Amino acid sequence: MAEQSFDVVIIGSGPGGYIAAVRASQLGLKTAIVERDKLGGICLNWGCIPTKALLRSAEVYMLMEKAEEFGLSAEKIGFDGKKIVERSRKVADKLSNGIQFLMKKNKVSVIDGTAKLAGKGLVEVEKDGKTEKIKAKNIILATGARARELKGMEADGELIWTYKHAMTPKEMPKSLLVIGSGAIGMEFASFYRSFGADVTVVEVLDRILPVEDEEISKQAERAFKKRGIKIITGGQVQKLDKGKNNVTAHVKTKKGTEEITVDRVISAVGITGNVENLGLEDMGIKIEKGHVMVDKWCETAAQGIYAIGDLVGAPWLAHKASHEGVLAAERIAGVKDAHPLDVTKVPGCTYSHPQVASVGLTEAKAKEAGYKVKVGRAPFQANGKAIALGETDGFIKTVFDEKTGELLGAHMIGPEVTELIQGYVVARQLETTEADLMAAIFPHPTLSEHMHESVLDAFGRPLNF
Amino acid sequence: MPIPVTMPALSPTMEEGTLAKWSVKEGDKVGPGDVIAEIETDKATMEVEAVDEGTVGQLLVDEGTEGVPVNKVIAVLLEEGEDKSALDNFDPEAASPAPKKADGKKSEQKEEKEAKPEEKPAAKPAAKKEEAAPGKPDGKRIFASPLAKRIAEDKSIDLAALSGSGPRGRIVKKDVEEAKPGTKAAASAGGPSLAPSLDPRAFFEDGTYDEVPMDKMRKTIAKRLTQSKQEIPHYYLTVDCEIDELLRVRKELNERAPEGVKLSVNDFLIRAAALALKKVPEVNASFAGDSLLMHKHANVGIAVAIEGGLITPIIGKADEKGLAAISTEAKDLAARARERKLKPQEYEGGGFSISNLGMYGIKNFTAVINPPQSAILAVGAGEKRAVVKGDELVAATMMTCTMSCDHRVIDGALGARFLEAFKGFVEFPATMLM
Repeated sequence: MAEQSFDVVIIGSGPGGYIAAVRASQLGLKTAIVERDKLGGICLNWGCIPTKALLRSAEVYMLMEKAEEFGLSAEKIGFDGKKIVERSRKVADKLSNGIQFLMKKNKVSVIDGTAKLAGKGLVEVEKDGKTEKIKAKNIILATGARARELKGMEADGELIWTYKHAMTPKEMPKSLLVIGSGAIGMEFASFYRSFGADVTVVEVLDRILPVEDEEISKQAERAFKKRGIKIITGGQVQKLDKGKNNVTAHVKTKKGTEEITVDRVISAVGITGNVENLGLEDMGIKIEKGHVMVDKWCETAAQGIYAIGDLVGAPWLAHKASHEGVLAAERIAGVKDAHPLDVTKVPGCTYSHPQVASVGLTEAKAKEAGYKVKVGRAPFQANGKAIALGETDGFIKTVFDEKTGELLGAHMIGPEVTELIQGYVVARQLETTEADLMAAIFPHPTLSEHMHESVLDAFGRPLNF
Repeated sequence: MPIPVTMPALSPTMEEGTLAKWSVKEGDKVGPGDVIAEIETDKATMEVEAVDEGTVGQLLVDEGTEGVPVNKVIAVLLEEGEDKSALDNFDPEAASPAPKKADGKKSEQKEEKEAKPEEKPAAKPAAKKEEAAPGKPDGKRIFASPLAKRIAEDKSIDLAALSGSGPRGRIVKKDVEEAKPGTKAAASAGGPSLAPSLDPRAFFEDGTYDEVPMDKMRKTIAKRLTQSKQEIPHYYLTVDCEIDELLRVRKELNERAPEGVKLSVNDFLIRAAALALKKVPEVNASFAGDSLLMHKHANVGIAVAIEGGLITPIIGKADEKGLAAISTEAKDLAARARERKLKPQEYEGGGFSISNLGMYGIKNFTAVINPPQSAILAVGAGEKRAVVKGDELVAATMMTCTMSCDHRVIDGALGARFLEAFKGFVEFPATMLM
């Protein structure tokens, strides 16, 4: 059989891979994408999207419980865990089909199978025992990552879960221990708490959501505790004893060792790149701590082989992967305006209740970097729209460089902040200063008005509180 | 709605280009991927493909027009079902300054150009163009981010003196931070003037010569090399290498080489230079004003003569590549250079270059350094010469190499050490295996 030959072959069809494929094709490159499972990767099938569907169910349920507050009556409020999961799966399937369409529309060849590198300019794809070699002038590795597991606490899918199991529970657990308080951990804690589970979160560091600004962590802890979630910071799970239908966790805390017995445990202690069985080492590609090493253009040590997304390391975010996918494709095509990724322009979002979102430097990081900062805070208690929504917990914090007026970072917690953060992302990308942000007109009444107030507050002139 | 087609940017440094040729005419149907025009930049000629489907409604720039700014609308496509009347109320963004024609006439045609097509209604009043804030000496608006403007003010930097690295040449924070405080706009923007101080036309009678306009590549060569000789304190080191052993090894390897691989002497020299750069890494550097950029990889440029000029494609990480790989890559780069099909990243940067005129029988010569590099090696022909070995007079194949060095980066002894290492690899090619 004649060998197929492409300008670019992309391995993995998550939000990094499929976006790279579309962009490469737009740039006139003959493109193929290899996927061993479903198009869309983790993000779409087992990550971002299905969890958002689950959290939407939780949100609606919480609102129903608060119906009276809004002058409504609802009786016999209940839920069907199976149907909640079903809806989430349907949402994921719909989007996976959408990617199929996108590939077709952009004339990207989709190759079903497991790929590995097979020498310079060659990819070998295996499917049902048959292998095929494909010629590739350039290769983009986008194989993503999987949950990191702690020794002796590996997930079994029954009592100990990773995010994947937590997304498709057979029944709602009555009690739950979440190890790790990053975005994934807090979203599941929030979800299961909404449906009445007794949730405990253990974080090894001294605050939850440790990558966020300290004030945000503090406010989040307060809000989660108010919702009845137990939080142990500076705690380490040392052992999990599995019972018949429960698990006893031995948690070392500042005060001593605590034993916590729960129905289920979710392990959310980070992720590790899918670097295995790809033939990376033979091509001289360097791997460190489970991630592929690349230069600022996402190129590996092997010329013409690029790697993007979770595979190359933090921040482990779909939109960062997509951005790198575009970057790698444009680099291959020799596009003029391609710029390396600046992580201080990558927003991060946590879709728990309350939501958390941020971009750029935290106040502490900005000071560490030597900036003299001006900080603004605008609490949602003073925002008309938030009061009307009945969601007044939280605030918007902005961090400016006093000297130049550069918006160094923005940090938000509260209603819909994951949708709001984009305003500051654009501001950072365009390098606006406080003057432009102050001069911009924000619509009333919106939550976004408080983005304006926060900027005004940083320079001592808030107008509405 | 008609679809405007704009002048594409084909390289990171491209600001304008010459519309060399239209491949379509008004009324032609085009689809995505169809070639519609050829654009000539300073380094390459590239084809412009249609992105959308439609019928060519109007070509707004004549063939041969020079200096068409990036993003200027060059043509308008009509969508399905539209005819030329759709252009009546369509203003294809008349914002760019009018281009100069290649035929040497001055830019009086500016008005004529804008008024030309009768289908195009008197667009918008021209006043709109001039309203923007900070200006270049020629009154053009400068695009800069608010943050860049503020830092520039603080550091007393004239934005007109900078070129932006942001989208469409927008000046961003990074550009201003990298500029030296107090930078002022040069009287004539864009480095040394190209025109010689004496106008040669004064010395010759009309009709005794043909005046040929220079293309972009010729102009770039003139500008860059004038700049190099004016700014870089050049000095030269010469060494003779005996290459009989190298020729023997080359013959042996070529006899056993896989099909399609035929090593040239130059392939050996590229590898020798790369290894010498690794051995004497101080040579592999770029002068950056108040610092030196010490390059981590041995990226070796090879001067390739092409029609109308020359270009120096780069063999990246040549020290990590074997002779066969270098040979294949060099051939591919040279071939594409001749077709002017190189990507910008394939010829920009690099730490060192080799220029070989041996095939023309040149015994020795000196080359001009190609900034941001700090050295270039001029290689002469290999020829049998009478040399003294011990006390005997014997025949040996000798090749003279002259290295031009940037004295700001490379001192004499350092340059000499590099050449010593280079000569070692060339005369004992087996050591290149180590």
